[in-house]
Amino acid sequence: MNVAVVKLGVGNTASVMFALERAGADAVLTDDAAQIGAAERVILPGVGAAGRAMELMRERKLTATLKAFPRPLLGICLGQQLLYESSEESGAETLGVLPGRVTRLPASRATPSPHMGWTRLRRECEHPLFEGVADGAYAYFVHSYVCPLGSETIASAEYGARFGAAVAQGNFFGCQFHPERSGATGARVLRNFLRLPC
Amino acid sequence: MPAKRIIACLDVKDGRVVKGVRFEGHADAGDPVELAQRYRDEGADEIVIYDIAASAAGRTLDYGWLAQVARSLDVPLAVAGGVRSLDRAVACLEHGADKVSINSPALERPELITEIADTAGSQCVVVGVDSRRIDGEWRVYQYTGDVSTTKRTPRRMLDWIVEAQERGAGEIVLNCMDRDGTRDGFDVEQLAEARARLSIPLIASGGAGAASHFADVFRGADVSGALAASIFHFRRVGIADVKAAVRAAGFEVRP
Repeated sequence: MNVAVVKLGVGNTASVMFALERAGADAVLTDDAAQIGAAERVILPGVGAAGRAMELMRERKLTATLKAFPRPLLGICLGQQLLYESSEESGAETLGVLPGRVTRLPASRATPSPHMGWTRLRRECEHPLFEGVADGAYAYFVHSYVCPLGSETIASAEYGARFGAAVAQGNFFGCQFHPERSGATGARVLRNFLRLPC
Repeated sequence: MPAKRIIACLDVKDGRVVKGVRFEGHADAGDPVELAQRYRDEGADEIVIYDIAASAAGRTLDYGWLAQVARSLDVPLAVAGGVRSLDRAVACLEHGADKVSINSPALERPELITEIADTAGSQCVVVGVDSRRIDGEWRVYQYTGDVSTTKRTPRRMLDWIVEAQERGAGEIVLNCMDRDGTRDGFDVEQLAEARARLSIPLIASGGAGAASHFADVFRGADVSGALAASIFHFRRVGIADVKAAVRAAGFEVRP
């Protein structure tokens, strides 16, 4: 399976590449629109801040390619947030393939921000992306902004309030958690993603 | 709510895992790739690799074995040791680290915290703080990887952690040096004071000697995670035993 991992600035993309390698995918890290457009699968990893990521996407003329990508695309962490219309983070206008706005995680004494650690997933519906993943399985999260709950939400998690932990709509998918660092649960989600029908 | 994190730290010197009491007299404790793998299998929620001699010696960690460790792990990996520029932080992330932890270099040049946070995001920047009580106040120490280079700084720990947070740190690891390697338990009083000043996660370090110590620090200081090295290396306490004790005390942990 040929997977293009979108290179957008600096982050733990090496971690994502290693996880894809473990899942048996043939992954390439690239910011080339043609290569991304031709891939069988695209992963949009979570890197930096929303405003900067969109700027880099526009500079590299990737926005249209990503929005029109016809096969399964998975956004990870910030990558999932970028699928929505806008983000409270730097007031960015994002890809808009999913409806709604990403908001700041309210920090409190009980819930330090960023939300960093292993939190249970609640499955909101049956979905092939989560095949073999038990309700209540732990996944590793690191984020300061959250996606809204909607019809696209296939799993949620709670940190202060409940938010969208995994989403699916058409050929667009997202994980707020890091499947590349979520043990057997994350590995299963990645393998499921690679096996989704085109 | 996230589960309380149990973090296994590998102190590495010249490519081997070492651990000494209060950073003196290091004893060989094995190969970093094998140990990281073992901790992952035993249920460590996160692995930290700390090149203890790098900062004092003015060099950075060896990226070759970093990539080897990262390739085999499916839990979060943080690295520390001599990350004194944005370029080096980026190189660590590009070799498979999920976060970089900076300690002495952040004291040398606090702007480094912001530079890494602005480029890679706050979630990638952990600030490690070594603190010791002097005349009734917690003071920050620097270059603690080697006893001959360790020096006291003029900074108060409680001020420095707030400054680090304001500059963009995503997490603080507070290593209480008076407890380090003693196995007397975490410094709950100091950690509770630190926790009260932070809105980012705080990780306890220094002093773990028994499974019950982890439950004590979650109860007494409400930290997000607790880190240990030597007790795990020498199998004095297993990670599963720690998790059982923490769960029995009423806290959520990942199975």
